[in-house]
Amino acid sequence: MNSWLGRRDATAKLLAALLVTAAVVTTLEPAASLTVIGVLVLVMPFAGVPLGVLWRRGWPILLSAAGIFLFTVLLGARDSPVVAHLAGLEVRENAVGYALRLLAVGLPGFLMFASIDPTDLADSLVVHLRVSPRFAIGALAAFRLAPLLADEYRLIRLARRARGTRAGIGSSLFGLLVAAIRRGIRLATAMEARGFDRGGARTVARVTRFGWADALVVALGLALAATVILLKFAQT
Amino acid sequence: MTGACGGDGLSTVEFRGFGWRHAGRKAWAVRHLDLRIEHGERVLLAGASGAGKSTLLAALAGLLAEDSGEQEGEVLIDGRPARQARAETGIVFQDPQTQLVMSRAGDDVAFGLENRAVPRDEIWPRVDAALNAVGFPYDRDRNTAALSGGEAQRLAIAGVIALRPGLLLLDEPTANLDPDGAQLVRTAIAKVIQDLDATLLLVEHRVDEALPLVDRTITLGADADAVWTPGAALPSRRAVTAPGEALLSAESLWLPHNDKTVHEVVLQGQALAVEGPNGAGKTTLALLLGGLTKPARGRVTATPTLAGRDAARPPHRWRASRLAARIGSVFQNPEHQFVTDTVQAELALSGAEPATVDTLLERLRLHHLARANPFTLSGGEQRRLSVATALAAAPQVLILDEPTFGQDLRTWRELVTLLADLRDEGRALVLVTHDAQLVEAIADRRLKLTR
Amino acid sequence: METRATATRWRTVDIVVASIIAVAFAAVFYAWNNLWNALESFALPWRAVIYGVWLIPAVLGPLVIRKPGAGLYTELVAAIVSALFGSAWGLTVVVSGLVQGIGGEFGFAATGYRNYRLGNALIAGALSGAGAAVFDLSVYYGDTFSAGQKWTYAALVVASGAIVAGAGSWALQRALSKTGVLDRFPSGRERVAV
Ligand SMILES: Nc1ncnc2c1ncn2[C@@H]1O[C@H](COP(=O)(O)OP(=O)(O)OP(=O)(O)O)[C@@H](O)[C@H]1O
Ligand SMILES: Nc1ncnc2c1ncn2[C@@H]1O[C@H](COP(=O)(O)OP(=O)(O)OP(=O)(O)O)[C@@H](O)[C@H]1O
Ligand SMILES: [Mg+2]
Ligand SMILES: [Mg+2]
Repeated sequence: MNSWLGRRDATAKLLAALLVTAAVVTTLEPAASLTVIGVLVLVMPFAGVPLGVLWRRGWPILLSAAGIFLFTVLLGARDSPVVAHLAGLEVRENAVGYALRLLAVGLPGFLMFASIDPTDLADSLVVHLRVSPRFAIGALAAFRLAPLLADEYRLIRLARRARGTRAGIGSSLFGLLVAAIRRGIRLATAMEARGFDRGGARTVARVTRFGWADALVVALGLALAATVILLKFAQT
Repeated sequence: MTGACGGDGLSTVEFRGFGWRHAGRKAWAVRHLDLRIEHGERVLLAGASGAGKSTLLAALAGLLAEDSGEQEGEVLIDGRPARQARAETGIVFQDPQTQLVMSRAGDDVAFGLENRAVPRDEIWPRVDAALNAVGFPYDRDRNTAALSGGEAQRLAIAGVIALRPGLLLLDEPTANLDPDGAQLVRTAIAKVIQDLDATLLLVEHRVDEALPLVDRTITLGADADAVWTPGAALPSRRAVTAPGEALLSAESLWLPHNDKTVHEVVLQGQALAVEGPNGAGKTTLALLLGGLTKPARGRVTATPTLAGRDAARPPHRWRASRLAARIGSVFQNPEHQFVTDTVQAELALSGAEPATVDTLLERLRLHHLARANPFTLSGGEQRRLSVATALAAAPQVLILDEPTFGQDLRTWRELVTLLADLRDEGRALVLVTHDAQLVEAIADRRLKLTR
Repeated sequence: METRATATRWRTVDIVVASIIAVAFAAVFYAWNNLWNALESFALPWRAVIYGVWLIPAVLGPLVIRKPGAGLYTELVAAIVSALFGSAWGLTVVVSGLVQGIGGEFGFAATGYRNYRLGNALIAGALSGAGAAVFDLSVYYGDTFSAGQKWTYAALVVASGAIVAGAGSWALQRALSKTGVLDRFPSGRERVAV
């Protein structure tokens, strides 16, 4: 996360993304969606997220945009103007509109989460938004276990095979949930052993500062949201 | 202030008629315990597996929640109930991986300091000092999910000593470490307790290894003869007859994470020991040989003696039921192997006769736990149960990953006898282990893997 | 007697286990999001029959934790984590989680957090579905659906919420309880001593 946007405060990014998303969901105007998409694509290189990661997290968005596009082309309402012809099909404005809007709704949150480190998010929520540290840190600790669960699942399948029972997917997934909860219980004990939830004050070891640059991120989000609203009314 | 020195707690520990019964159990884990440990004493806590050592440490750390059992008597630290003195104690559990909280090593050590509201400027020097003291080889940003067992162990210790506890509790801190790694951790502990003005309570089965660290030994429970005392007589059960036919062979078998190739043949009536440092690929090899994972390169083949009509196919493609009847595997972490909710069901799964199951339970001292949930057993009990499940199925080939860790002398002897008897019946054993005494007692051939 | 305050205060295990359930279901959501999108081209609004899976945390959380706020917290964290994993709906999924969680919460709040029976679970699932339907129809399908489609969609989401999330979570909680993992929770304490 060693890029300009990557270093910005998590709360600032959260606020900016919220503003833009809230504005975008109010309109179906392709121009508004295009503006958001354009701005975010321009911002993407400054987010410091490697291309591979962007792709790995982002493909579902593209896929669902393609899906809604296709759906509307084939089955959507026929009262909207035709804007293009594609492989013998009439592409109407509504298909383009829905697909663009889906991208515009998805992108702000996508970019924000991709450029935020979960630890920073928890810290920032605790420091700036006064979220209860018990809940923020508790959730963070549980989140750390997510990648370990894949390993756990592999081991559960192995164990069933070693014991001569068939490893059905359903029963293995249930086994995984049980194992995850068990890990959670141990983790909670380990956290209490190190003084978590002892009552009283708690410090935060990592610096979280909300500086001018962070305010700028919020301001940019606000500006983009305002543009979207303006475009919405400009067309009607 | 520098270094991990200068604990301010006094930490005199006192048990007065203490007893604890875990919820769901009829028997008390510990009872009628009266014990006093003075400030600054270094004590080794020994005792049979299941005697209640881990329970005792949890009680001292104030971690026995009221809703998880029933208490009798008191545990006092400096005259206060242990639950209230939590800020002065630091505990390292049997399994280090489950006690890391944060995703970066530095943050994990800082976690306890944050909880104690240590000012930020003080936190990082203390974190660095603690990481230094245990010889943690990476920087603060190291991902805690990518640590080997020994590294995780050291990080867990660092997380505790950074708190400068007045009372340091360590539960088998070197279990599962290779001898060099264990020595490193012991050196780290010795150094830390020298710098730290703390009372130490250490649980360890191999008394001789822990003796240099402590001033006195306390034995818990009535089974004093179960304790490994220095110079205890150990059985010697090498094979007396020549090995029989080949059952399983590894041809140019490649260990992916270590980039090494293994050639090996597993023979009837022979115990093959697989040794090597942490991360050498022993477990990887065990899973490959056991037909549980598919080799990326090279082959594992079973001879017709073992495979019958499946001889044309490699073990990893056998049906699960046939695999389990022919090759038994015991995993390094016993909990990874349990698939049912009671000890009895776990053993019955192998399809063994009830009489066989009873004998095994009796010999491995699990009979009183037949209806207990496998996940509530003590560390050593879990290990024995996982070995018992493989023994109950009595397959031709047994592959055991660290079968003796966490055992007291009596159960260790029993395991060695059971295993050697199976071998003498003509079965093949593959023993993956760091336990030099086990290799000495039973191994007929040794395979050493290197890093 | 426990005082009211300690009975409703979340312990560390409550927080961590609720979060773990949320994280586990966030992974399920990830798969479900893609399944949902794959159904896009032919199954609108009928694909709503699978909707209930997204509502499970809102019901399972309270059934396991049995503290006020469990439905809201578990569903909300699941939504946030699924957005962290990457979701096509960006931040709106967090608002969805909030709405669905509040719906589920009502099912148990209605009886003063004293009953955790099948009936409560069904109601909580249905309410969670109702929240989801209102949100989706206003944000996503306001202009794409005809009135008939809207009603079909809402009815399916509510039914799926009651059956999949409500009855499903109830069965799941019982199965979990049998394994002994819930021993530290009021939901798991009916075992015989051995
Ligand atoms: N969570 C639990 N629930 C129920 N019973 C338990 C639980 N933990 C431990 N026990 C039981 O309490 C007894 C003491 O266990 P404990 O873990 O303290 O033993 P230990 O001396 O540490 O043994 P080991 O050397 O094998 O680790 C055992 O019989 C065990 O089965
Ligand atoms: N699934 C995996 N993905 C990536 N690396 C792995 C995986 N499994 C094992 N490794 C790595 O492969 C190496 C060998 O692991 P293995 O568990 O076989 O070692 P080991 O000899 O059994 O060690 P120990 O004595 O600590 O049990 C280690 O460095 C380990 O971190
Ligand atoms: Mg123990
Ligand atoms: Mg190993």
